[in-house]
Amino acid sequence: MKAAAALEVPRRRPDWLRFKLPSFIALLVLWQVSAMLIADPALFPTPLATLETGYLHLMTGELLFSLAVTLARVAVAFFFAMALGSAIGIALGRSQPMDAIFGGWLSIALNMPALVTIVLCYVWFGLSETAAIVAVTINKAPTVAAIMREGARALDRQLLEATQVFGVSRWKVLRHVVLPQLAPSFIASARAGLALTWKIVLVVELLGRPNGIGFQIRTFFNYFDIAGILAYSLAFIAIVLAIENFIVQPVERRTGRWRTA
Amino acid sequence: MIGLTLEGITRRFPAEGPGETTEKTVLQDISLAIEPGAFVTVVGPSGVGKTTLLRIIAGLDHGFQGRVAWSENRQPKIGMVFQEPRLAPWLSVIDNLLLIAAPGARAEALDLLDLVELAGSENALPRQLSGGMQRRAALARALLAKPDLLLLDEPLISLDSTRAERLRSHLVGYWQARKPTIVMVTHDFVEAVELSSRVIALAPESGRIALDRTIPLPHPRRVTDPAEAALLDELRDLARDWPAPSHTTEEGEAAPRASNAAMRLLTI
Ligand SMILES: Nc1ncnc2c1ncn2[C@@H]1O[C@H](COP(=O)(O)OP(=O)(O)O)[C@@H](O)[C@H]1O
Ligand SMILES: [Mg+2]
Repeated sequence: MKAAAALEVPRRRPDWLRFKLPSFIALLVLWQVSAMLIADPALFPTPLATLETGYLHLMTGELLFSLAVTLARVAVAFFFAMALGSAIGIALGRSQPMDAIFGGWLSIALNMPALVTIVLCYVWFGLSETAAIVAVTINKAPTVAAIMREGARALDRQLLEATQVFGVSRWKVLRHVVLPQLAPSFIASARAGLALTWKIVLVVELLGRPNGIGFQIRTFFNYFDIAGILAYSLAFIAIVLAIENFIVQPVERRTGRWRTA
Repeated sequence: MIGLTLEGITRRFPAEGPGETTEKTVLQDISLAIEPGAFVTVVGPSGVGKTTLLRIIAGLDHGFQGRVAWSENRQPKIGMVFQEPRLAPWLSVIDNLLLIAAPGARAEALDLLDLVELAGSENALPRQLSGGMQRRAALARALLAKPDLLLLDEPLISLDSTRAERLRSHLVGYWQARKPTIVMVTHDFVEAVELSSRVIALAPESGRIALDRTIPLPHPRRVTDPAEAALLDELRDLARDWPAPSHTTEEGEAAPRASNAAMRLLTI
């Protein structure tokens, strides 16, 4: 009976086949057509020319090396920003006095322009890897802290009281009561942060690193190599989307399952 | 078995509305000795401070005056059914129970779920259960704690009457078999008179104890017995000017009754 019922459901093509792929192709066509109309390959190369440039850089190993260097910076800064931001956010969310005292600092940190922290870090710590990582971390941690603070504020107090009465150990409370409630905030801040982090990493590289996507883009900028800029950007976008689709979203679905009615 | 003494418990809450300036006194100078192994029910109109009293005993309230002292020189193991089910929505029913238990309690947890007529629902998430089923899961959780002291805040409210009847007799059975000290809040005088070894009524306005009676009668009891009927009359007399409680009853679902295996839990 179950099998029969399953057969009756009309088979629908997956969403990406029906909408995403056609719209993606439409974007490429639009690009190709407008590039042909503008007819200035140096100023606005076609998708094919961009692909060719990308292929050349892939073959020399330059593209993969830059991607790897930038991704490594993103990963390290992301890790530190998540750790630092979560710790601050949970502390502020759990303690009203802490929030009263340091909440204002967080507002300032949130509104600090990224460029200012980057420039100051390079001035204070020199044009070093440490300065780059610190700058990105300082830029992203406040966003994480703000989101985690909301999550920690919304912890179910009734449930915590219940575990207290029953004398549940701190570790079990953390593992089974606190973390499941913070998981959605953690993922939301990871997601908000990931996009932010890689953008800031590019700026950091552009301003003071001898390698990475951002450095490459500065080099291409110096030579007005638009195809190079586009090729490197698209390669990076592809990586970021892959991370989003194959890591962030599956994790999000897993942790949010109990919420769906 | 553990007993407890309340000495001069007074609880004031700050005024709530912007217009109100005076603080609200819900419990006033409550002094009470509860002997080890007693089954005390607390009755009183809504808002009189019954829940607050349980929270004070449980150590969850920090703003009261007075003292809670234990008959032994140790903190008792407490099992509590709150006014709300308070189950973790991301944990299955069985995992909610195991969260508060020592390792290796699974078999007993399943038996207790069976006893509260939730056999077969152990893997459900709380949101998949009705409100009444969640309350029963909370009752099973409280019993799984192997409590010296069982604090019950209207545990059988909103259950349909025949099931409530069965669970009442299970509760008495559990009390007789395991001898925990029980403090149970209820709005149901019949329940109070049928189950407990002592009834305490809190008076509205004053926040003091209006009535304190021991019930030295054997179980099972019948409210038609003269001694019980007299106490019931006394309570109803007392409650004539209390506002009526509002509560709803869940429809009876076709859930299994407790199996014989689960009933073993109630043997001495
Ligand atoms: N945390 C609180 N803050 C302010 N007032 C409270 C608080 N908790 C309880 N009260 C007040 O104390 C009174 C008694 O509450 P409660 O103990 O829940 O009564 P009962 O359980 O007898 O219905 C209520 O009027 C309620 O408004
Ligand atoms: Mg109450």
